[in-house]
Formats: sequence, C-alpha cells, structure tokens
Amino acid sequence: MNRLLTASLEWVDARFPLTKMWDEHLAKYYAPKNFNFWYYFGSIALLVLVLQIISGIFLAMSYKPDATLAFGSVEYIMRDVNYGWLIRYLHSTGASFFFIAVYLHMFRALLYGSYRQPRELVWIIGMLIYLALMAESFLGYLLPWGQMSYWGAQVIISLFSAIPWVGEDLAVWIRGDYVVSDVTLNRFFAYHVVSMPIILLALVVVHILALHHTGIGSNNPDGIEIKKNKDPNTGIPLDGIPFHPYYTVKDIFGFGIFLIIFALVMFYAPEMWGYFLEGNNFFPADPLKTPTHIAPLWYFTPFYAILRAIPDKLLGVIAMGASIVVWFLLPWLDRSPVKSIRYKGWIYKFALLLFSVSFIGLGILGMWPAEPLYTKIARVFTFVYFAFFLLMPFYSVWDKTKPLPQRVTY
Amino acid sequence: MSTNSTAEGMTEGIDDKGRRRFLIAATTVVGAVGVGFTAVPFILSMQPSAKTQAAGAPVEVDISKIEPGQRLTVEWRGKPIWIVRRTQENLQELESLNDLLRDPNSEEAAQQPQYAQNATRSIKHDYLVVIGICTHLGCSPSYVKKDDPQAASLREGWKGGFFCPCHGSFFDLAGRVYQGVPAPLNLVVPPYTYLSETKIVVGIDHKEGAA
Repeated sequence: MNRLLTASLEWVDARFPLTKMWDEHLAKYYAPKNFNFWYYFGSIALLVLVLQIISGIFLAMSYKPDATLAFGSVEYIMRDVNYGWLIRYLHSTGASFFFIAVYLHMFRALLYGSYRQPRELVWIIGMLIYLALMAESFLGYLLPWGQMSYWGAQVIISLFSAIPWVGEDLAVWIRGDYVVSDVTLNRFFAYHVVSMPIILLALVVVHILALHHTGIGSNNPDGIEIKKNKDPNTGIPLDGIPFHPYYTVKDIFGFGIFLIIFALVMFYAPEMWGYFLEGNNFFPADPLKTPTHIAPLWYFTPFYAILRAIPDKLLGVIAMGASIVVWFLLPWLDRSPVKSIRYKGWIYKFALLLFSVSFIGLGILGMWPAEPLYTKIARVFTFVYFAFFLLMPFYSVWDKTKPLPQRVTY
Repeated sequence: MSTNSTAEGMTEGIDDKGRRRFLIAATTVVGAVGVGFTAVPFILSMQPSAKTQAAGAPVEVDISKIEPGQRLTVEWRGKPIWIVRRTQENLQELESLNDLLRDPNSEEAAQQPQYAQNATRSIKHDYLVVIGICTHLGCSPSYVKKDDPQAASLREGWKGGFFCPCHGSFFDLAGRVYQGVPAPLNLVVPPYTYLSETKIVVGIDHKEGAA
C-alpha cells in the first residue's frame, strides 16, 4: 500500500510539481518561531473566505436576482428551504466575521511593522484584497433587496456622481438605469457571484506567493529578519520552524476557538442586534421612501463618518477615498529604524492609540444620525486619522527606539 | 541602436533585432487596439437598455385633492415626484431666505426647466413639483412643515421644507438648498405641464401659453 502511494506520488511529481509546492509553502516554509496570538487572523480570514464561497454557492441555488422576486426568495430560503436559515446566517455572519478577521490582521501589521521593506508588495496586495472585499460585501448587500440594500446602494453609487464632468454618466453606467433598479440588482448579482470571488481568490494567491517569495517570508513580533541568521550547514533560519506541522496545528487550534465564537453568534445572535443584519432590511425596497436613518454595516462606518464630516459633496468623497488610499502608502510613511512596536518609543505607541480611538470612534459615529455635535466630533477624529498617516514620516524619525535583539524573543 | 555591434557578432548575417523589435511593437499596438474595440460592446452593454430608456413614460396626476400644506408623492422613472401645495405664508417667506441659500435664484440651469427658473421654482406658484431625491447622495428627504415640532429641533428658526436624514441637508419649500450642508445643488424640478386646472403631467415639457 505504502509503496503504491510512493509510486503514485512519483508519477504525479514527474508531471506536476506537487511535492515541490507542498515543500515550498508548508513543509519547508520556515516561519519565525515566535508568532503570537495576532498571527491567527490571516489563516482565519482564509477559513472565512472558504465558508463564504461554500455557503454562497448554496444560497445561489435558491436566490432569484429579480427585483420582484429577490426579497421573497430570501424569505423562502429562511423559511422553506431545508436548513436555508443556517446557510443564510452562515453567509451573513461570515461577512461580518470576515471583516473582524481582516481588521485584526491589519492591526497586527500596524503593531509589528509587517508592511515595511521588503514586504511592501505583500502589504499592497493585502490592501487590494481589502478593497475587493469591501466591493464584494457592498454588492452582496443589495441582493436581499430590502430598504437598506436599496438605499445603501443608491448612496454608494451616487458617490461616483461627485466626480466632475463624467460623474453623472458614470453613475448611470454603473446602475444601468437612472435609479437603482432591477437592472442594477441583476448585474450586482453577476459581480457578486462571479467577478469578485475570482478576483478575491486570485489576490489571495498572489498575497501568499509574495509572502513566501524567497528572501521574504513572514515578519514576526520582533520585526527582525530571521533569514539573517541561518544555520551554516542546512541554510535553514535558526529562528525558523517549518510551517507544517508547527503552524498548521497552531492555526487549526485557532480555527477551533474561532468557530466556537462564530457558531455562538450564528445560532444565538445572527442579527447581532442590528449590527450584522439591519432591522430596516427586513422591509422590502421602496424607491419612494428613504428610511429615516440610514447607515452602512459596521465595517464601513469609519469611512462613512469621514464622508459625512465634510460639508461638501466632492471634498467629502475625496476625503473618504483618501482615507483608504493613504493605507497603501504606509510602507513609505513609516521611517522608523525598527519595525516592531516592541522597540519603538512612546510617540508611536501614543499615535497608534490615538489612531485606534479615532478609527473606532468614527465607526461608532458613522452608525449614529448626523447631528451637529456628532459631526464636530467626527471632524476631530478625521483629523487624527489623517495625522496618524501624514505625520508619520516625522514622528517615526523623532521617536526614540530601543536596540534590536540579534535573535527573536518571546 | 545596437545594430552595428550585433551585426558584427552574427555569422549568418541576420541582423534583425531592430526589425524584430519593430514587429513586436507593431503587433502589440494592433493587438491593444483590437482589445480596445472588443471592449466597446461589453462596456456599452452596461448602459441603460432600450427597454429601460422607454420606461420613462409621462405620468398624469390629479392635484385637485391636495390641501394647502399637503404633499402628494407619485412615481416617475422610478423616482419619487413630490407635488406640494404651498400656503400663501410659505410663498411669502421664500424671498426672506435668499441669504441662507446656495443658489437662491436658481442659476444652475440643469436643476430646473426654464419655465421653473423663477422665485418659486414652479409654473403655478401654489404647486411645487420636484424630484424627491437629495442632490448629495440620492436619499429621499423628508417633508417637514413649519409648525411641525420637529422643524425647530432640526434647525433653529427653520421655516420648514425638506430635510435629508442621511447626511443632514436642508432644502426650503422651493427645493432650494441651504448653505453649509453636504448637498451641493437645489432639488431637481422635472419637466411637467398642466393639462387642466387640476391635472399635471410629469415628463412632458411645458409650453409657454399653454393652460
């Protein structure tokens, strides 16, 4: 039996680099041995992506992308399809957990400088994944054809109309109609189930390939390069351990804990009191009546608050766009001699704290109605948000850093 | 070019690097143009279809039952059309608001047909006809009357009008936008005309002298 397996593997390896790929990405991919809690979220995001694709395929079997049928077909899934409620809640809860995982994954990068040279491309590709994910979730949110679906799409597509000269025509082209309509729903379905998943999967592969590229490899909580200290005989980094079995086992343990939390939310609080599924979306879309209070789902609210903080249509849209674009520049804004927060001084720690408070604050304000006091607070947070990035070239140089260790620590 | 140096090194005398580069460039350019032309039908297929364009048929509305201060909402091209019967008090107040507005004299030509480019933005001053979609990001504002307790709490000394709950824009009872709000332009007045004293048709332009 064993001999048969070995022979089969040899047969395959002569025709396809199976063992080579296994070794390069798992068995002989040496990752730093000092990964901590923050290093769970990349693999968890990958797990959620798989869950979303599987649950999405099954939803698409019963969903109808037609303005007269869509809302009813979602109710049909919830009530009449066997386990339809489970598959739909898996998908809707998964969307929020996808963003939780991705935000924590990105925060890890801010803590340990994972975006710094030589991982600039890993970071940029990661940001593209984040953008694709935002597009994917926005497109998917129209499909249930509830009030929030409809008006959310109306607002976001109208953002394009702020572009001078071509904006209005561009918005019509995106909608395929003069308002959000059946035409829009039909094409958003096509994007959501075909285009975006292909793009997301391709970007995830590129993200991992860039990370595993020779000479790069994973960063670690100390922000020092383990490839600088290799065993002279084997050429293996002294502080590296093979991804498989060490980190595959670690990640599977992480999956276990994650799935417990995920299941608790999915079974007991799938709507999360309006944060994961908004109450107004249980009313069918009505093009004549905007709900009195509309807000996007929680993972978009920081950017939405920035949009609202600026009392000018075009400038508001520009500020919102800039608040995302500025992340792409991070590898070049940070000029500290060290990567990890462990060796950075109080200035960066304080800046990151202020930024985190502002980001979460904007997220909360974005869910609340646009009252004058809230708008003023949102402006302060918006200022801090941009200052964190744009002043980084200065304060990261002034910041007093600690000496780096030769080898990784725990 | 490096033609000379390669020519010396070539034994068979096929000195064609320049020609090869030219052919590659020419093929790439032609290929790119081809891709561009192929993209056109796909991009244009996403424009509103013939059916969508035809769906904008005019809508007739009976306005005889609207009381002063009341608003009637009808649908035209999938958009909410509001018909508000303004009171005399409303109409008198319009001019006093001019200093608070972005475009009090309706100078943005695209926001209304020429026949509505006047102080009340209407054909008959009592009846305001506007598309009920905020010029900021397309929400549908709510109608707030002057004596509505909500009016004072939303904006001090507000004489009523339209308030967009999405991002906090204010409009007066002629659909004119206030200063210091995110919406850049006045609400759009659709093409409309009077068929009779009590009947409006939305979607057909008004001709001077008619009804």
